[in-house]
Amino acid sequence: MSKAVKLFLGKLASAFFDVLPILLVVVFFQIFVVQKPFPNLQSAIAGFGLVVLGLFLFIQGLETALFPIGERMAFQFAEKGNVLWVVFFGFALGFATTIAEPALTIVAKKAGVLAAQAGVIENSSPSIDQYVFNLKLTIALSVGFAGALGVFRIIKGWPLVWFIVSGYGLIILATVFAPQEIIGIAYDAGGVTTSTITVPLITALGVGLATFIQGRNPMVDGFGLIALASLTPIMFVMIFGIVFHGPAQ
Amino acid sequence: MNSHSWMDAVVVSLQGTLWDILPILSVIIFFQLAAIRKKIPHLKQLALGFFMVVVGLAIFLVGLEQCIFPVGIEMANQLTDPKFLIGNDLSDTQALSDPAIYFWVYLFAFFIGFSTTLAEPTLIAVALKAREISTGSISAWGLRFAVAFGVAIGVSLGAYRIVTGTPLYVYIVAGYAVLLIQTFFAPKTIISLAYDTGGVTTSTVTVPLVTALGIGLASNVPGRSPLMDGFGLIAFASLFPIIAVLGYAMISEQIAKSKSGH
Repeated sequence: MSKAVKLFLGKLASAFFDVLPILLVVVFFQIFVVQKPFPNLQSAIAGFGLVVLGLFLFIQGLETALFPIGERMAFQFAEKGNVLWVVFFGFALGFATTIAEPALTIVAKKAGVLAAQAGVIENSSPSIDQYVFNLKLTIALSVGFAGALGVFRIIKGWPLVWFIVSGYGLIILATVFAPQEIIGIAYDAGGVTTSTITVPLITALGVGLATFIQGRNPMVDGFGLIALASLTPIMFVMIFGIVFHGPAQ
Repeated sequence: MNSHSWMDAVVVSLQGTLWDILPILSVIIFFQLAAIRKKIPHLKQLALGFFMVVVGLAIFLVGLEQCIFPVGIEMANQLTDPKFLIGNDLSDTQALSDPAIYFWVYLFAFFIGFSTTLAEPTLIAVALKAREISTGSISAWGLRFAVAFGVAIGVSLGAYRIVTGTPLYVYIVAGYAVLLIQTFFAPKTIISLAYDTGGVTTSTVTVPLVTALGIGLASNVPGRSPLMDGFGLIAFASLFPIIAVLGYAMISEQIAKSKSGH
């Protein structure tokens, strides 16, 4: 067997083993606990094949495109030495990927309906649309802010712990003052902002910057962009709630 | 499902992933032209890579929606069904408040949290990167197991919380207190990575299944409402992996220390 074929089969097998545990769990519970025949067995097997194939292709693409482009841009930015451009890049990447995120639209619409029910805004579609737009903008800005701040932190070599501790401190404080109806939305917003394509790219960028900038340690300084991007939306949405809804009574 | 509707599903999914990658490509191209002003090397290879990312993710999502989500959601519903829990005498609602009868639910929550996390593409990406830059001292599988274990504990504890009705903030405050202490004592090199894993676990595969489990439980346990108590599992699934990864690093450090004789 040629080397390429071996490599290909190895990677396909690796994707298979990534997904196999889910299959084992579901089959175990179906046979031993629920004790009912499998619904739509054929379609389930075909679907499982697609999951494995899709994961295999995605990881291939990750290694041939997302990681290299993130590293390459980090290298070129570091070579140029222009801090402003890198920070702006961090902002643009965070903002653009979040504003286009479908999950964000769903959360923002839910928030709009809740705000209309709470009597914060007029219960008409123009005012709800306006509210949804403002909220989406706020969340996208918060992720952009996280990208800019996170990149700046890597360049400066500031410990992530400072940001995590003060960030969660601020979130706890904001939870006290934020109106009740916005709190659940705020925590949900923290979870929708990190999409499957953005994460590898941002990770490669952060680690790349920490590798190419002298005096930075890729392990200590390179990670942390995602942590910040899950933190800032919670804070920004609570502040948004305090500003637009008025503080909690 | 026939092949025609499979194709339709893939096409719809492709539109979604194309829409996801569009802003990323625009930002990259803009900065290449405006800031870096150099030709991108290996353009053909990159184009092929992006194509694989878009198509792979689209196929992956269709597979999840056709295979794993329906079966997992159906199972979450069956396991939280009062008939399954207390038999056919449904008049005894008091019995449904007993946390002990939900044993299989906790177990399912644990294993489904564990297995879906192992299949999260974002976690695979972060783990590969961590292995690469730690030059192998962090194993990709070791990290993924630690994260998956954290999610598993988080989701099953979250299921238990829904049954008992303890307020969410009690667990969150306790969790963050533990996290704060760990952050103080854990090896400095792992902290950023650990906090990053909290953000990647709540992604494509885990969220729909865990949400279904939470809503199923909150609808069937007396005194709970899906609107008020159904959430919180996701918050747990992002908190506990950080604790698990920090814990894993602290234990590894201790073992390394005792091996070297200190």
